[in-house]
Amino acid sequence: MLNVGKIEEGFVLDHIQAGKSLSIYHHLQLDQLDCTVAIIKNARSNKMGKKDILKVECDIDMLDLDVLAFIDHNITVNVIQDGEIVDKKELILPQEIRNIIKCRNPRCITSIEQELPHIFVLTDPKKEIYRCKYCEEKYGERI
Amino acid sequence: MRHLMNPLDFTVEELNQLFDLANDIEKNPEKYAHICAGKKLATCFYEPSTRTRLSFETAMYNLGGTVLGFSDAASSSASKGESVSDTIRIISCYADICAMRHPKEGAPMVAAGKSRIPVINAGDGGHQHPTQTLTDLLTIRSLKGRLSDFTIGLCGDLKFGRTVHSLINALARYENIRFVFISPPELKVPDYITEMLKEKGIAYEEVIRLEDCIAKLDLLYMTRVQRERFFNEEDYVRLKDFYILDKSKMNLAGKDMLVLHPLPRVNEISVEVDTDERAAYFKQVQYGVYVRMALILTLLELAC
Ligand SMILES: [Zn+2]
Repeated sequence: MLNVGKIEEGFVLDHIQAGKSLSIYHHLQLDQLDCTVAIIKNARSNKMGKKDILKVECDIDMLDLDVLAFIDHNITVNVIQDGEIVDKKELILPQEIRNIIKCRNPRCITSIEQELPHIFVLTDPKKEIYRCKYCEEKYGERI
Repeated sequence: MRHLMNPLDFTVEELNQLFDLANDIEKNPEKYAHICAGKKLATCFYEPSTRTRLSFETAMYNLGGTVLGFSDAASSSASKGESVSDTIRIISCYADICAMRHPKEGAPMVAAGKSRIPVINAGDGGHQHPTQTLTDLLTIRSLKGRLSDFTIGLCGDLKFGRTVHSLINALARYENIRFVFISPPELKVPDYITEMLKEKGIAYEEVIRLEDCIAKLDLLYMTRVQRERFFNEEDYVRLKDFYILDKSKMNLAGKDMLVLHPLPRVNEISVEVDTDERAAYFKQVQYGVYVRMALILTLLELAC
C-alpha cells in the first residue's frame, strides 16, 4: 500500500466509501484551507474491499465534521494529536445543513433569490429526512 | 414579533384565541372599526390573486386602517430584478404589516427573515396558504360549534390540492376527526398524508363515489377536478359526474351536513345547491374576512 506519512495534529477520515473522498474534500471545504491533505483512493480494506482515506493536517477545531454524518455515517473519524490517535469522533446528524446540498425544486425561492443560503433542516431524525427550510421539499426527492 | 407562514405556526390554543376574537369581531364589528387607525397593510402580490388580496384589504379597511401595495410582479420592482429580501426591507419602512403572495415557495419566509414588520404568507406556490386554512377552520368552528368529533369528506382533486393537504394537517390536531377521501384513483391523497394519519391513529377511508358516503358526512369539503389532471379523456368522462355536487346528491346527505369550498368553483357544485341551507361556501368567504381581521390584530398586538 502507498505510504503516506503520519500527521502531527489533525484528522484521519477512514472507511470512506471508495471514490467518495473527493466529494468529501469539497464538502469539508478543504480546498479553501491552507493545510496538508492526503487523499488515498481505493485502499485495500478487509471490511469494505476498497475504501478511501483522507488525512488532514490542521488544527483540530478548524473543521466542522458534522456534515460527514449527513454524507456517510460509516466514516470513522480519528482525531490526531502529537502523532497519536487521541479520540474517535462519533458522528451525529446535524440539525441543519447549510450550502452543502441544493434544493432542486424549481418552484423554490432558492432558485431565484440572490445569495440566499441553501438550508436543509433535519425534520425526521429516525428516518434521516432533511427538508428545505423554505419550500419543505424532501432532500433526494428529485435527482 | 410574529409572522404567519404555516397554519401550524399557531398552537391549538392560540388558534382558539384567534377564532374567539374573530367571532367577537363578527358580533361587534363597530368595536373594531377604528382599532387600526393610522396603521397600513402592504399587500405584496407577486402573482395576481384578486380574491385573497381583496379579502386582506377588506379586513384592513374594516379595522379602520389603510392599504398599499402591488397586485402582480410586473407592477412591482421584482420586474427590475429586486430580491424579496430587499423589497421587504423597503416595505418595512412604509407599512406596519405585510401580506405576501409569491409564486416561489418559501418567498414569504425569506421576507420574514429580513422584515421589521409582521409578514403573513398569502400563498406561496404549491406550498402553503395558511389564511385559507384558518378560514376553513373558523367556518367549521363557527357553524358547527366545534373543531372535534365529526366526519369530514374531502372531495375532488386530493393529490395536487394544497388547500386540502393543509386542512387535513390542521384538523389532525383535533380530537376524534374521521376523514373520508373521495377522489378518482389517479387523484388520491399523497402517501405522506395517509402515513401521517396512520401514525397518529386517525381514522380515514378512501372512496371513489361521493354518493357512496355522503350520508355519513357532517361536513363536505369540495374542490375542483380539472380535466388536464386525468390520464385520458375516457376516464375523465367516466368519472367527472361522481365529483359534481347537485341536488340529487344533497338529498342523500344529512340535514346538518355543511358544504364548504375554497372557491372559485367552476361546475363541481351545481348552482341549484346554492340556495340549500347547508351550502356554506359563501359564508366561508365572510369568515375569511373575519379571520384575517383577527390575524392582523393579533400580529400587530392590538388584540384586546
Ligand atoms: Zn426549497
